[in-house]
Amino acid sequence: MNAVSQLDQVKTGPWNGGRSPWSVEYGKIMMWFFLLSDAFTFSSLLIYYGAQRFSKLTWPAPDKVFQSIPGIAEHGAPLVFVGIMTFILIMSSVTMVLAVEAGHRRSKKEVIGWMIATIIGGFMFLGCQAIEWTHLFHEGFNWGANPASGKTGQAAIAALQPFFKDGEVSIVAAQQFANLFFTITGFHGFHVFSGVIINIIILIMTINGTFEKRGHYLMVEKVGLYWHFVDLVWVFVFTFFYLV
Amino acid sequence: MSEHSHSTEGHGHDDHAGLSKGKIWKVFGILLLITVIEFIIALVFIPKGYMTQHVGNYVYIALTLLKAFYIVAYFMHLKYEKLGLQLALTVSFVFIIYFIVLMLIEGGFLNIHMMNH
Repeated sequence: MNAVSQLDQVKTGPWNGGRSPWSVEYGKIMMWFFLLSDAFTFSSLLIYYGAQRFSKLTWPAPDKVFQSIPGIAEHGAPLVFVGIMTFILIMSSVTMVLAVEAGHRRSKKEVIGWMIATIIGGFMFLGCQAIEWTHLFHEGFNWGANPASGKTGQAAIAALQPFFKDGEVSIVAAQQFANLFFTITGFHGFHVFSGVIINIIILIMTINGTFEKRGHYLMVEKVGLYWHFVDLVWVFVFTFFYLV
Repeated sequence: MSEHSHSTEGHGHDDHAGLSKGKIWKVFGILLLITVIEFIIALVFIPKGYMTQHVGNYVYIALTLLKAFYIVAYFMHLKYEKLGLQLALTVSFVFIIYFIVLMLIEGGFLNIHMMNH
């Protein structure tokens, strides 16, 4: 073996061309990159929320704002309803992963079953969010509106008192909270909604046997990535709006 | 198209060795457990004074990052991908860390500014 023949040899390393170095299918890489950019968008929103909250002397207390279970308890049940929502979303993430797992085994029937479960989970979450938003609207929170809107002096302070701890209230903080809460959970809810729509499309394609003909269920994996990402974002939204 | 299916076959081989049904339910159990711990902190520890809100916040963030790890590593399967993809998707977040530091300093400054006026 001399040096020249070594140069002539075809290189077979992962980065020597002619192959996908990460051995990930193109669509899946693109889904990952989209999710990365989406993660940056959500991070920016949440970081702005954090900066706002840091800059204020007081902020609405989560266990005072979120303490109702619609239809069951009006007061005194902090975090229970959002706990149910979190459980629903984690559960639907599990059913999605089970659909992906069934896809690996090319078991069409199981994929259909788990996809339907995932879609139901998505709708349940959206329903809960709609109920929660309606409840907050009734309390006076909205984009550009808070319970003290239209009130002045003592009446404004009294309107905000139930949502703050330690007696100190701030109209600006209440308003910023409302704007950011609806914007961020709305943006997340919009992602859940699009996820449900995409899941339905994939379900129809599965029922039609599109993936069976294609020979693989990679599409289910890609949609699964998106769905888990939505769950992932909720984990952060949950922490920063409801716990901290 | 034939090239495509070839690459997916090669991919499918070493790729889902780690994620059986049992493993999925195990990860679900871990996620649920972490969430339950968060609730116990929020509903028992902090109201009863075993933990201050300040310490609680750090614990919440740590637990959240742990949950994020389990979702990304197992549900999103990143643990079983090639190192290159793992690095591309995680190292990018240095920008987010920088942004967090930046904006919290800004927020902290505004806070002091507000107190003085």
